[in-house]
Amino acid sequence: MNFAMSGILLLIALALPASREELERGMATHMLVQIPLLAVAGAIVVHDFPASWRTWLATWNRGGITGTLLALLVSAWWMVPRALDLALASPSMELTKFVSLPLFVGVPLGLSWSRLGALGRGLVLGNVLPMWAVVGWMYVVAPVRVCNFYLVEQQVWAGAGLIGASAIVGVMMGVMAFQGPHPVTPESRATHAG
Amino acid sequence: MGEATGGWRRTAVASVVVCSLGGALLARGTEGFRALTSEQARRNTVARSPRTLPDVAFEDQDHRPFTLADYRGRPIAVDFVYTRCRSICTVSNAGFQRLDSAERSRRHDGVERLALVSISFDSSDTPERLREQASRYDADGRSWRFARLRDPRQLTALLNAFGVIVIPASGGDFQHNAAVLLVDDEGRLARVLDADARPEDVTSAVATIRRRDVSADGSPVR
Repeated sequence: MNFAMSGILLLIALALPASREELERGMATHMLVQIPLLAVAGAIVVHDFPASWRTWLATWNRGGITGTLLALLVSAWWMVPRALDLALASPSMELTKFVSLPLFVGVPLGLSWSRLGALGRGLVLGNVLPMWAVVGWMYVVAPVRVCNFYLVEQQVWAGAGLIGASAIVGVMMGVMAFQGPHPVTPESRATHAG
Repeated sequence: MGEATGGWRRTAVASVVVCSLGGALLARGTEGFRALTSEQARRNTVARSPRTLPDVAFEDQDHRPFTLADYRGRPIAVDFVYTRCRSICTVSNAGFQRLDSAERSRRHDGVERLALVSISFDSSDTPERLREQASRYDADGRSWRFARLRDPRQLTALLNAFGVIVIPASGGDFQHNAAVLLVDDEGRLARVLDADARPEDVTSAVATIRRRDVSADGSPVR
């Protein structure tokens, strides 16, 4: 119940007009703070899902495959510059962002990451991290503005942030891969959550 | 591991559904992966279905009133600028200068030549400032005129129709999605080209929007 509460509180905090305005003013904070935190809110809530839900959902998500695919596809949309513009221009797309990121990125990742084997995690990160770095690099050097609602300077910041995020997560995963801690298994998760 | 599941069937079905639905939505949102930016989406939409423009009143650098409807029967290249701009608008203005002189030296064979209109979205731009700008780039006020809205309240409608987004930046500057906007001889926005498009690219784009009008009603261009 603590987890569910904090996830929902985080979601509410992000939806407050003041924080929306503050985070969406810059492309970097929109892309690298608001959007990830919306997914985090969903991922936190998962920890308080009743065991019966988890068991039923797991039958559709063996090895965490379905959830990972869902999270990858939905998050791919929110990497598209046009999606950021649309979220600012249309209230329905903004609402879609606030629903889809917790529900279709955070929740499935929270349910799936621990079920994914080392190979699956490596595959996902091996694709996602270079993609962030390449997209970030393109934002930094692009001769054109990719978002109509953001200034070029903000685009450069967002690009640098993407490269930074890719590097930080890459190093973290590298350290974990070579010297532990060991991945959380569903069994150890059950003892934590219980 | 400890997954109490019957088999992989549900997971396989769910994965296929997720991938096809997600892929379809992604393709839709990006117009078949051809529009990753709103600017590209604007260009695709306009090229597919030319857009009607609001009939707003302008005045040019010599205080002469006009509307885009006055150009009916003649294609127009429009760009949006402001006179204090020292970045992208200088690219736009230099491009229009090259385009204007290219159009002047081209043979037109009885077809009306392309008209050029540079519209300022800065309400502090007076006709005097427009005239300064015009003389700096040799805009004669006939084939190429600088203009502003007579009623600034119509600005939003005008910018929306053209798909132009202007955001204030530091130091009283603006950033905007600068482009060459081609209005066809029926007064509709029909093409969007890069702000630094070469005169020959603009000319050939104009030829395609003219040809389409000819084939549409079967009558020759006058």
